[in-house]
Amino acid sequence: MLRIRRDLVDAMVAHARRDHPDEACGILAGPEGSDRPERAVPMLNAARSPTYYEFDPTEWNAVYREMAGDDEEPVVIYHSHTATEPYPSRTDIARAGEYATMLPSPHYVLIGTRDPDVHELRSYRIADGAVTEEPVEIVETATPQ
Amino acid sequence: MAVTVSIPTILRTHTGGQKSVEASGSTVAEVIDSLDASHGGLKARLVREGSLHRFVNVYVNDEDVRFAGGLEAPVSDGDNVTILPAVAGG
Repeated sequence: MLRIRRDLVDAMVAHARRDHPDEACGILAGPEGSDRPERAVPMLNAARSPTYYEFDPTEWNAVYREMAGDDEEPVVIYHSHTATEPYPSRTDIARAGEYATMLPSPHYVLIGTRDPDVHELRSYRIADGAVTEEPVEIVETATPQ
Repeated sequence: MAVTVSIPTILRTHTGGQKSVEASGSTVAEVIDSLDASHGGLKARLVREGSLHRFVNVYVNDEDVRFAGGLEAPVSDGDNVTILPAVAGG
């Protein structure tokens, strides 16, 4: 299950709407091992494409170094599908497999923006080529630890 | 020439859990060979058929080596080398 603050959902949806019809992509960072997203980091889609996204390598390096310095990691990696359903594509699954050989597998959040008025938001775990949708619980404020 | 290499979380199984390790070399290829000599198995995760794996990003300081000669990119004493997965999808 993904438990996530309302303002982080709003930030991802706003980013996806802003970049539509190109795909938007980004990170929700949180403390290492916490499974708790705490801040949104919208990333550039270096591909600037309606069917593909790729973190800008230089920006990703800078963002990663800042996160690692603060003992944070990507808890969520999100991107939008602007004309199709928000379900991981074959490319999404292949790239997730390569990512998992280097960094802990995040929650993959997909935001569908094909309807101009109503967005779709889904969360998945991707492991060994298998996609599992998971429930998303949206909370109004962070739960104190 | 001694450089510091930042190792992404999952690859730390090759480095006994260390977040960063020392390596030596004057090019990225030499640094990777030096890494592999002390931390066996790392090279296979980074290099495929003589080139950097397409979905692996290697940086020397702030620069993506893909734009600086790839495996032949020069490395200087004291540089920081970072290894990250590319993040992409469709």
